[in-house]
Amino acid sequence: MVELSLPRNSKIKQGKTHKAKAGTKNIRRYQVYRWDPDTGENPSVDTYEVDMDSCGPMVLDGLIKIKNEMDPTLTFRRSCREGVCGSCAMNIDGTNTLACTKDMGDIKGDVKVYPLPHMEVVKDLVPDLSKAYAQYASIQPWLQADTPAPDKERLQSPEERERLDGLWECILCFCCTTSCPSYWWNSDRYLGPAVLLQAYRWIADSRDERSGDRLDNLEDPFRLYRCHTIMNCTNTCPKSLNPAKAIAETKKLLVERR
Amino acid sequence: MVLSIAHRITGCAMAVGALALAYWLSSALYGAESFATAQAILGSPIGILCLIGWTFCFWFHLCNGLRHLAWDTGWGFEIPKLYATGWTVIVASVVLTVATWLIALA
Repeated sequence: MVELSLPRNSKIKQGKTHKAKAGTKNIRRYQVYRWDPDTGENPSVDTYEVDMDSCGPMVLDGLIKIKNEMDPTLTFRRSCREGVCGSCAMNIDGTNTLACTKDMGDIKGDVKVYPLPHMEVVKDLVPDLSKAYAQYASIQPWLQADTPAPDKERLQSPEERERLDGLWECILCFCCTTSCPSYWWNSDRYLGPAVLLQAYRWIADSRDERSGDRLDNLEDPFRLYRCHTIMNCTNTCPKSLNPAKAIAETKKLLVERR
Repeated sequence: MVLSIAHRITGCAMAVGALALAYWLSSALYGAESFATAQAILGSPIGILCLIGWTFCFWFHLCNGLRHLAWDTGWGFEIPKLYATGWTVIVASVVLTVATWLIALA
């Protein structure tokens, strides 16, 4: 439901400041959202003064440096550090993106880091994505065919394969889904852009034979049609994909099959 | 996102505007005196301001509605096109609003 103000236990307080060592010349200030479920205290924003003379260029480099050298309690997800795993999706400088591919040089002023918006927080920058993953499972994201398996691979023409470009690259970081106001309001029933792009990825696959069932599953006022072409998803996608376009193509297919 | 929420706001504003239009039309039914009152209210500075606002809402909602129709055909989802059509909608609705009032007052 719509929440116009934060619940009392979510109001963000001023947190601690972790100063750089004396004599540090090149300082970049990080302002990082902190919340620890074990203390029962409200979330806070901690400030870290990061020594840029010994830090990599990306926001994730700064976070790792903070965790290694300044504050080991800082919690965040990261894995590949090169934009293919989607683990370090977070809200940086007001936009959902991957910390590992976000250049600190593109940010003016302090580097402000928050978890992905409107998701339950597990701790600090780690959002609870279990509902989003369950929604992903609900679209049955695997190849389904009724015809008997051929002796070799199921072949695809280059044109048929081309239709999957811009779809298969999705890394399920959920930057788009958590940027969508429709998802903020109706995350219990609306699938959100990431899952809908994946749904279309299987509908568009020439080897999949369950497009009809897949479209049946989506033909619902909430699951698909809560998309109102707000376009935050496409604007924020760190892989420059176009979930809004995939959703529009799905809507077109639903009209065409009538 | 800004244009999306603006589309909703202008839609809601026009619903109120439709009530004003209905009031103006029905006031004519009740005779010259009530029509004169309605004319005075809508012709007051605040009334004119509201009418200009509703004119803008109408043109904006119409232009952005065309944008939504284009999206329904699958056209215009690329980011550069998105911004180009967005700014076109804003400029067009301002121009059309000004043009409407120039014609109305001429």
